[in-house]
Amino acid sequence: MSAIVSPIREPLITGHKDYHQITEDICAPSERTPSLSWVVAFMISVAFLSLGMFCILWTIWFGIGTWNLNRTIGWGWDITNFVWWIGIGHAGTLISAILLLFRQKWRTGVNRAAEAMTIFAVLCAALFPGIHVGRMWVVFYFFPYPNTRGPLWVNFNSPLLWDLFAISTYFTVSLLFWYTGLVPDFATLRDRATGMRKKLYNFLSFGWTGAAKHWLRFESLSLVLAGLATPLVLSVHTIVSFDFATSVIPGWHTTIFPPYFVAGAIFSGFAMVLTLMVITRKILKLEDYITVEHIESMNKVILLTGTIVGVAYLTELFIAWYSGYIYEQFAFLNRVQGIYWWSYVGMMSCNVLSPQLFWSRKLRRNITVTFFMSIFVNIGMWFERFVIIPTTLARDYLPSSWSYYSPTWVEIGIFLGTLGIFFTLYLAFTRVAPVVAIAEVKSILKTAGDQYTGKKAHHGHEGHQTGVKHEQH
Amino acid sequence: MKNKEVLFGLYDDEEILLKAVKEARDHHLDIMDVFSPFPVHGLDPILGLSESRLHQAGFVYGMIGTLTAFLFMTWVFTRDWPIIFGGKPYWSVPAFIPITFELTVLFASIGMVVTYYAVNGQGPGVTNPVLDDRITDDKFCIAFDVSESSSETVETYKNFFSQTSASEVRTKTI
Repeated sequence: MSAIVSPIREPLITGHKDYHQITEDICAPSERTPSLSWVVAFMISVAFLSLGMFCILWTIWFGIGTWNLNRTIGWGWDITNFVWWIGIGHAGTLISAILLLFRQKWRTGVNRAAEAMTIFAVLCAALFPGIHVGRMWVVFYFFPYPNTRGPLWVNFNSPLLWDLFAISTYFTVSLLFWYTGLVPDFATLRDRATGMRKKLYNFLSFGWTGAAKHWLRFESLSLVLAGLATPLVLSVHTIVSFDFATSVIPGWHTTIFPPYFVAGAIFSGFAMVLTLMVITRKILKLEDYITVEHIESMNKVILLTGTIVGVAYLTELFIAWYSGYIYEQFAFLNRVQGIYWWSYVGMMSCNVLSPQLFWSRKLRRNITVTFFMSIFVNIGMWFERFVIIPTTLARDYLPSSWSYYSPTWVEIGIFLGTLGIFFTLYLAFTRVAPVVAIAEVKSILKTAGDQYTGKKAHHGHEGHQTGVKHEQH
Repeated sequence: MKNKEVLFGLYDDEEILLKAVKEARDHHLDIMDVFSPFPVHGLDPILGLSESRLHQAGFVYGMIGTLTAFLFMTWVFTRDWPIIFGGKPYWSVPAFIPITFELTVLFASIGMVVTYYAVNGQGPGVTNPVLDDRITDDKFCIAFDVSESSSETVETYKNFFSQTSASEVRTKTI
């Protein structure tokens, strides 16, 4: 497939790079000794991870009673965190799969890190269903295995079981997709390394040589995996929303949940990608590969999905009123001005109002604004899940069962622990693997490098001017 | 396995490489393999590589997943241990859709990835000979197998490399 590159397209690789320079720049962070800031960040992350592990052990040892859940409010921070993390994971697949199908070249700068983020976020998410059942040592009851109880099978009609299948599939497919893309880049590292590192990367690179036939299969595989991952990622958060939508609780029993959850997932995921990218590009000196252009593109996605989420919130309110069903009306009135009104305000202001700033191009291209916005959105999306879960449960059909819920130190500790797990894994990843997909960035150099396209391109360089037909994927 | 004697040339840019491969095809030179640091587009038709059939394999694996999931759930709920859930029929097909879909994707993905590494001859711990360390960096390589070639053929190859402006020409036994 060939395409015309528009001269007004901004370059995606700046600094007049050639192929060798790309290799040097992207391999450098994993080849030099870690910087002091990396070591400090890693130690803080490991500290949080240890706190989380301690709180998990505490929960297992003393039981689920160490959490503040009660007869009315059976899901609190645990499932809030679960949905939050699984949502964050979705951006990685969106960037690597959906943008691959749409032939968006800017994905090459951020896809590797975003996919890594997906895998780590899904790991953090998967922790919660495991521990929230209380007796973690019988958690294998989740799986349909031949057992001595009949065999009595699991309930395949239950959305909670669908969720188990959705998340395990999602994790597996994301991992395969990510690793397959990493193999050629591990080969690059292997061919630069010596000694023990050479042995390590020789093992990780699976014997990659870069033969034409292998590249052909590589691209074919990537395309089909992207085609499979696209409906998969939509299905995962749809099924997560089924956990709520198929119940008969007012405020949960709504048909808007699947699309609303998917949009929210992409929204929160992009926010987390931005948080990580803004820091990563600075610390690893990758500003030439993760440019302001990349950040602006992601901010546009934030604006779009934030607005979709806003429309969903308002639609929910309207439908609750329009339904004429008093329990539904009460559920939403309770969300807006009930005991948890502050979480609703947090959700609305962080998710709907603040992203509207990104209508301004200047703010979209401002790194500081982007960073704070990404934090706001992360907080807002956490509040969204909190609004949906405890707020609804705290005020159910029977006023005699109404109660209030706030977390114990154990629940807070586990949440901080998952942040620790996430950042520990991410920081380790930046040391071992190239954070930017080297081969993919090289393949767009001739159509997106700043010496070939954009304002500063060298004109008159045969076959390389802007507007000239280029072979591209 | 018998060692191979490989004569290879390195090129600095994919456009020079493409021209060289066309040249080789026009002169009916028997290229052993072409290596590059990233996929070079337009190379496959010149080399006569047909489209990969991985996606067809993927379809088959996917169908196996679909059938496994659907038939298993059907067997469990209609034959092995029928239970009524929420007053629905035993064979409640709509409720089987999510898991059927997930297993379709899972089987297709795992199957394709395993097939991909198998046909590529790659996997954990596999070491394949590397002609030059810079092929995964910034060099593009055309390789000829000269184990059983006459000195005239080797000379033809060498001429070909110099005519197509290869930056380096070397031999290596692999």
